[in-house]
Amino acid sequence: MTFDISPPPLLQVRGVSKRYGDRVALQDVSFDVWPGEVLAVVGESGSGKSTLLNAIAARSAPDAGSVQFLTRHAGLQEVFAMTEAQQRLLARTDWGFVHQNAADGLRMDVSAGANVGERLMGLGERNYGRLRATAIEWLARVEIEPARIDDAPRTFSGGMRQRLQIARNLVTQPRLIFMDEPTSGLDVSVQARLLDLLRQLTRKMQLAAVIVTHDLAVARLLAHRMIVMQRGQVVEVGLTDQVLDDPQHSYTQLLVSSVLQP
Amino acid sequence: MTTPLLQLTGVAKRFTLHNQNGIELSVLDNANLSVSAGECVVLDGPSGMGKSTLLKMIYANYRTSAGSIAVALPGRAPLEVTQATPRELVQLRKDTIGYVSQFLRVIPRVSALDVVAEPLMEDAGDDPEALESAREQACALLTRLRIPERLWHLPPATFSGGEQQRINIARNMIKARPLLLLDEPTASLDAANTQTVIDLICEATAGGTAVVGIFHDVHVGNAGATRRVNVAAFRRAA
Repeated sequence: MTFDISPPPLLQVRGVSKRYGDRVALQDVSFDVWPGEVLAVVGESGSGKSTLLNAIAARSAPDAGSVQFLTRHAGLQEVFAMTEAQQRLLARTDWGFVHQNAADGLRMDVSAGANVGERLMGLGERNYGRLRATAIEWLARVEIEPARIDDAPRTFSGGMRQRLQIARNLVTQPRLIFMDEPTSGLDVSVQARLLDLLRQLTRKMQLAAVIVTHDLAVARLLAHRMIVMQRGQVVEVGLTDQVLDDPQHSYTQLLVSSVLQP
Repeated sequence: MTTPLLQLTGVAKRFTLHNQNGIELSVLDNANLSVSAGECVVLDGPSGMGKSTLLKMIYANYRTSAGSIAVALPGRAPLEVTQATPRELVQLRKDTIGYVSQFLRVIPRVSALDVVAEPLMEDAGDDPEALESAREQACALLTRLRIPERLWHLPPATFSGGEQQRINIARNMIKARPLLLLDEPTASLDAANTQTVIDLICEATAGGTAVVGIFHDVHVGNAGATRRVNVAAFRRAA
């Protein structure tokens, strides 16, 4: 039935649960992400999407469950069994995290070039010329005028900040990127540009991505596969167009029928 | 003797509308269809009978309520579409099934040329010759479908309905795949372009592609069909 000997998943999430007091934020969430695959997590606000993203990206430990990542040299490793130093190294090399609010993911008062170079410096790169050349290259890739390299992101528009945040994350050629509502809060035309950029980058870099979004059209355009969450639980999973065109769960049907033509 | 490329056995589709008091709509029941390489099967029947639904189940953007949909794969066991994992379906669509829907889903900011060349460019990877060839084939197809060259480098969002439909056809027919599903591909085309699409379909079947199509226009259906199937037969006996 299968096409070939599949590579193992890049990320394996099993039984992840989290409570805030009496409130269940996540209940027994499990899924896999394969190399190069874009997975959208959709649901209304309060459904647990962002909590899930923070848990699997090891930014906030869940109460139960396991998250395993296929490391470059040591196979599948339990992320929560790693030391903090190991987690930090992973977070700034093989992983990326794009925040909804770019100010949370950027250093707003240092130059755009320094923002892009920071992860490389963290990995020991000290050569100024090379750092600057890489920064210029990445600014161009995310369609920011290289002439803006010495400007602080505080002077950038919302769309530029978001693109800079993406460049800052991708400069170490990560294999997995987590994104929390990366396009919300942007004008529609700016959104389209960012979506197209993300689409191209994930394809060209064979980058896997977990994208949390409440926007079904964003999911349709970017994601291979979709997870629908309601009250901390996964209520439906499947191929993106299958979930959107033929939703099975009542919550998904409500979600899909409530928007204008995703 | 030869195994069919596509085999539907006892296929049914029911929609349960949870937010409409859980009513159940039965659209298709006991659909059986076998399509071999080089055949062009035209689906007939009044609208609302489930013709598009049948195509969508084969392409797996609709789930199947009952029955089996098997697609032959070169050198291995057929893939059971109704049981396939999302990753298998992604692969199946990439290599085996092409699908021309009624409307182009526009990708913002991507030029018409790149929209059309994309299926070949994905296979080309970083090989410059293959990338160049993908672009050349896209240009040739756009020319054949009479898309003016001044539009090639513009995103299709602002194109007319007929132009978008031709971009959609080009994008989904540029890569020869063993199975091609067509949902009213000529609905908004003029006579000359309709003829071009008929030619493209005939060339595909001559090359061994199996086609399952819905054509609103009887003339188009007659021109391409090697067999006609009335979907009304795939309904529950009242």
